[in-house]
Amino acid sequence: MTNQTRKKPELLAPAGNLEKLKFAVLYGADAVYIGGQQYGLRAKAGNFTFEDMREGVAFAHERGAKVYVAANIMAHNEDFAGMADYFQMLQKVGIDAVIVADPAIVDVCREAAPGLEIHISTQASVTNWQAVQFWAEEGIPRVVLAREVSLQEICEIKRHVDIEIEAFVHGAMCISYSGRCVLSNHMTNRDANRGGCAQSCRWKYDLFAEEEGDMHPLFAEGDETFTMSSKDLCMLEHIPEMIEAGVDSLKIEGRMKSIHYVATVVNAYRQVIDAYWDSPETFVFKPEWREEIMKAANRPLTTGFYFHQPTEDDQIFGVPPKMTAYDFAGLVLAYDEETGIATIEQRNHFKRGQEVEFIGPGRERFIQRIGEMWDEEGNSLDEAPHPMQKVLVRVEKPVKPYDLMRKEKGTT
Amino acid sequence: MSGSALVHKMVLLACLKERMVLMNFHIPELVVSAGSPEEAEKLLAAGADAVTVGDGRYALRVPGNFSMPMITDVVRIAHGQGKKVYVALNALLHQEELNGLDEYVRQLAQSKVDAVVFGDPAVLVAMQKTAPGLKRHWSTETTSTNWRTVNFWARKGASRAILARELSLEEVIGVKQQSRIPVQVQVHGMTCIFHSKRPLVSNYLHILGKGDNKQEQLMVLKENTRSGQHYPIIEDHNGTHVMSHEDICMLEHLGVLIENGIDSFYIEALGKPLSYNCQVVSVYRQAIDCLAKNPQAALDPALLDAINAVQPTERPIGTGFYFREQVY
Ligand code: SF4
Repeated sequence: MTNQTRKKPELLAPAGNLEKLKFAVLYGADAVYIGGQQYGLRAKAGNFTFEDMREGVAFAHERGAKVYVAANIMAHNEDFAGMADYFQMLQKVGIDAVIVADPAIVDVCREAAPGLEIHISTQASVTNWQAVQFWAEEGIPRVVLAREVSLQEICEIKRHVDIEIEAFVHGAMCISYSGRCVLSNHMTNRDANRGGCAQSCRWKYDLFAEEEGDMHPLFAEGDETFTMSSKDLCMLEHIPEMIEAGVDSLKIEGRMKSIHYVATVVNAYRQVIDAYWDSPETFVFKPEWREEIMKAANRPLTTGFYFHQPTEDDQIFGVPPKMTAYDFAGLVLAYDEETGIATIEQRNHFKRGQEVEFIGPGRERFIQRIGEMWDEEGNSLDEAPHPMQKVLVRVEKPVKPYDLMRKEKGTT
Repeated sequence: MSGSALVHKMVLLACLKERMVLMNFHIPELVVSAGSPEEAEKLLAAGADAVTVGDGRYALRVPGNFSMPMITDVVRIAHGQGKKVYVALNALLHQEELNGLDEYVRQLAQSKVDAVVFGDPAVLVAMQKTAPGLKRHWSTETTSTNWRTVNFWARKGASRAILARELSLEEVIGVKQQSRIPVQVQVHGMTCIFHSKRPLVSNYLHILGKGDNKQEQLMVLKENTRSGQHYPIIEDHNGTHVMSHEDICMLEHLGVLIENGIDSFYIEALGKPLSYNCQVVSVYRQAIDCLAKNPQAALDPALLDAINAVQPTERPIGTGFYFREQVY
């Protein structure tokens, strides 16, 4: 297939709040998904008010990006009061689509806001083309597949059904089928399917075989304990396969993640997608892209179910390995070309002599040591200890507003 | 006199006492899962109105695999007594299983089963094509949580809704009041609280340098920081399933379920010997027959004793989420 006959896939990024939305869009997301005050699964992600949404939509639309709202809980009887109004408001503020898992919410939304596009959430565990077809016949334009679907199965789905397919490419994942885990309901009294998950799967357990009422431990003293913790998904190197399979939207998980995470991950995927799309024949994967991803990784990475049934190698046992973590040290507010001095808003402590990296949308990072720096009055500084304080720093290469300055965690 | 005959007699007495207030309620159906035709026969004899059976390729956590001849067999046994057979086809289906699905559904219709339990819309699609007359019971387990979703699937051809075990009694009643189709709830036994496609037990055994988890034996998980709670864990064709540490037992609250018109009561047989399941079915049978005449009748304490007498010590009985407050 040539690129004339098909659409470039969308890069879809999470945005836990308005500021993250802006970074996601500036760093290259074609669309972002957010949570409103109600009906979303991330009760604790700084969710958007309608006012925030309006501003976010304006910001995204000006830059040609879309905004989706996750309304992906499994509803209970009491949740329907006010739901119709909520979807009407989403339509009014200009939201491009809602992500819904519960067919009841599909019904409410269709009735209340007929113009609002509906995407079926991964929480609905759609795993085969017949189920995708079912939703297509319901008039649904896009389905987010279950994480248990392989690349080969995606090809099969695309072959049978003319519908947009969204699939996760990056981030944390449930080790259960989405929606089919109520461990937290049982162990902590919190409803996982309404945003209350306490990550009980990642806890430690002891495993026994039971024979006629007797319990035999399956582990010996000193063995690793049983746990059900998945490594995080990363398909960065396999973006070409995802594109060739016909995936229409490549989704990054993480509405709870930091600005640094969102910017770094989006930036890397943007570069890979563009590089492959522009020239599939000459595309070579650059190790720097992977290095970038590793700077934001919280856990070891896996390709999930895309190539094979995950094994023990795709899980985390024992003490999770230490990841080299980076902190968001400062945000570039302005840059003076003549003097080569950047105005930086402090986000984490940094000081003179410290090694930092600058990243910006669509360009490669550069590393330098902090040399001279001043406060806004021009007084020379040795360190920047105050959150949000504005600092002037001499930079070795040109930077732009919204570029990020980061440092390795714990370094000085 | 055998234990269960004794129980029977005491219930009859209790019922006689309540004769004064005679207004007949709808008698709910009593369904139990069965692992083989022989088990099914005994469970029906103990008082079940219907059995749920299935093939582990298409069904989640069935207590035994039913081949097509076994299904034909159990249908003959059940129909001979005016009772019913439901076939679970409620797995999350992947392409591999779907290739044989149309044919499987056609054979189920031919063998005259009374309904198919489905969760995946792919099953609906297959049934519309190959077995349009066969009844469909909707069950997505943890995500069957409200009346509007029930009515959505009713519109798509479901004739019964099996509700999530994580609902409160009040929510169950709320669903029933607005539902366009009959409603089934689980009243007894263990529930699944986690389902992964991954072979998590085998993966762990590999880490320990042991081989695959070959037999589908029942294993138990103990959460490290909480003492005493045992969660059975099963690995099979559909992945890994963690089960509740307690058995639901709604015996003492059947009256309120009957009063509110709940149509069908389910007993999960999984993980228990046949003798236990027969005893439980017989107790619920007696309780239902008594309470259907007067749901407010005091339940004979001997019935609960009869359950406690066979209840394994490491598995407490409780009321699940019916009376439990959850936050999120
Ligand atoms: S406990 Fe684990 S598998 Fe279950 S919902 Fe939470 S993250 Fe997902």
